[in-house]
Amino acid sequence: MRTYFAVFRMRFIAAFQYRIVAFSSMTTSLVWGFMSILAYAAFYRVNPDAFPMTFPQTVSYVWINQTFLLWFAVVFTDGDIESTLESGSIAYELARPADLYWRWFTRACAGRVAMSVLRLPALAAAFLLPGILKMTLPPDLIRLLLFVLSMVLALFVTVSFTMLMYVTMFHTISFRGIRLTVTAVTTFLSGGLIPLPFFPASIRGIVEALPFAAMQNIPLRIYNGNITGIDVIYGIGFQVFWLVTLIILGKLAMGYSLRKVVAQGG
Amino acid sequence: MIKLQNINKTFRVAKRQSGFGHAVKALFLREYELIHALSDISFTIPDGEMVGYIGPNGAGKSTTIKIMCGILTPDNGLCDIDGYTPWKERTAYVSTIGVVFGQRSQLWWDVPVIDSFELIRDIYKVDEKLYKDNLDELSVLLDLGELLKTPARSLSLGQRMRCEIAASLLHNPKTLFLDEPTIGLDAVSKIAVRQFIKKMNAEHGTTVILTTHDMQDIEALTERILLIGKGRILLDGSLSELRKRFSDHKTLVVEYNGAAPELCEGMTLVGAREGCLTLSLEPSLLSISDAIAHIAGKTELLDVSVSGVTSEEMVAAMYKEYHI
Repeated sequence: MRTYFAVFRMRFIAAFQYRIVAFSSMTTSLVWGFMSILAYAAFYRVNPDAFPMTFPQTVSYVWINQTFLLWFAVVFTDGDIESTLESGSIAYELARPADLYWRWFTRACAGRVAMSVLRLPALAAAFLLPGILKMTLPPDLIRLLLFVLSMVLALFVTVSFTMLMYVTMFHTISFRGIRLTVTAVTTFLSGGLIPLPFFPASIRGIVEALPFAAMQNIPLRIYNGNITGIDVIYGIGFQVFWLVTLIILGKLAMGYSLRKVVAQGG
Repeated sequence: MIKLQNINKTFRVAKRQSGFGHAVKALFLREYELIHALSDISFTIPDGEMVGYIGPNGAGKSTTIKIMCGILTPDNGLCDIDGYTPWKERTAYVSTIGVVFGQRSQLWWDVPVIDSFELIRDIYKVDEKLYKDNLDELSVLLDLGELLKTPARSLSLGQRMRCEIAASLLHNPKTLFLDEPTIGLDAVSKIAVRQFIKKMNAEHGTTVILTTHDMQDIEALTERILLIGKGRILLDGSLSELRKRFSDHKTLVVEYNGAAPELCEGMTLVGAREGCLTLSLEPSLLSISDAIAHIAGKTELLDVSVSGVTSEEMVAAMYKEYHI
């Protein structure tokens, strides 16, 4: 445990070094959130009944989605772990007496948590905004707690999926291709661009069964009350199912790859 | 105790001709070539010994180090280091070793060095007292001081390397693998690092395996050397033995005033300019004192210097002899 706590702490410290990154990404989030809400407002004015969420629900979804952009982004843009493979310091990483999967898992989580903490002022600002832009609290405390639990699970599901991506990187020289493909596919399928309930019914069935639906889709809809009652329990169970599956797959894939890995050069 | 037996490793390397046509063709069809990086590598190193592992570029030095660190799995062969097979029991094994890869970094780039050290302390589960003692000792020996509070990115190469070496020793490793630890260091840092490695070996009985291209590292540190070339161990012996075997010729540089002295048996002229001769001596035929006496008797001697074959020359001669 001490090892993983130390890794978490280190990555957290490292992420806190970049103040301008934090500030500018927060500003981007606010502006982006502002624009999407205005766009949704225009659609809702035409026919509010055509949407599976009420307008205030959509507003909350957008703000959390924007504040926690890096919490949920399958491809975390700073390339922290990728860089260990690119620079060859993976050689050192492998010569450490602790499991590489869990060390990277912790490291990836820490980076996301740190960057999200730095963006929290954006969320606070969303509560203070006037009129239709204002973010609202969930109806009760239990729902808030379930939301937090589901957020943590969503982080773990996202990271465990990312781990699969890192493992594939052992077998390629450049990661740009993988990153581009994965970014495009997962942002869309996880509800990062538009909420999954907004998808046409014909493909919703498939999309909602994929691991990407166990990421931001669940906690954001718990928060805004789009899923309630027994469905909340089902949603959290769905996250746990994908989390366990992805971790098992990731551990197996990493074990296989490490037997074949070649740290190049020097 | 380190024991390697018949270790083989082959890599598959993509190759293609230069030019646009070949680049396009390679998108669809890659041609690979098998490179035998290591062939039948065997050696034994007892506890507490310092060994220099030398060979020209691409000989397989780093590959061997990576196998001994458990990072690379060989195709076949046995490797037993203190009862562990590195690539099979990696996690348990690596806590007993320290590694420095001169070409890479284990320090976090944007945070102060001390934070990286604390992370290593926690990963190796070094207890607080031992960590503090080691850190104090390393700080003094490697002159770390203020460097510890500086982010790694602001350090010069030599400063960073001293921190890298310290980082690899915080957990008291039994065996230390140094892959080009003095690369890019200035004279002062090199000497500091060498003294330090010597001290570690003398006081803690650390087994040290060192790869380098700097023969002075080898001279200063190791008695035994292993020569590898084209993936094979070519030679295993002590530096002085090798020196005897390769050449015990001495070079004599004489500065004189007046007429050039005549040479006697056992001397050969290597170079001459006005007032200065460079001679090669065969010590079995002519001792150094006789040679100097002979020349002093023929002319007015201003200055004289005697030198043996340098390690660099010897290694170059060895590479030549083995065609590597």
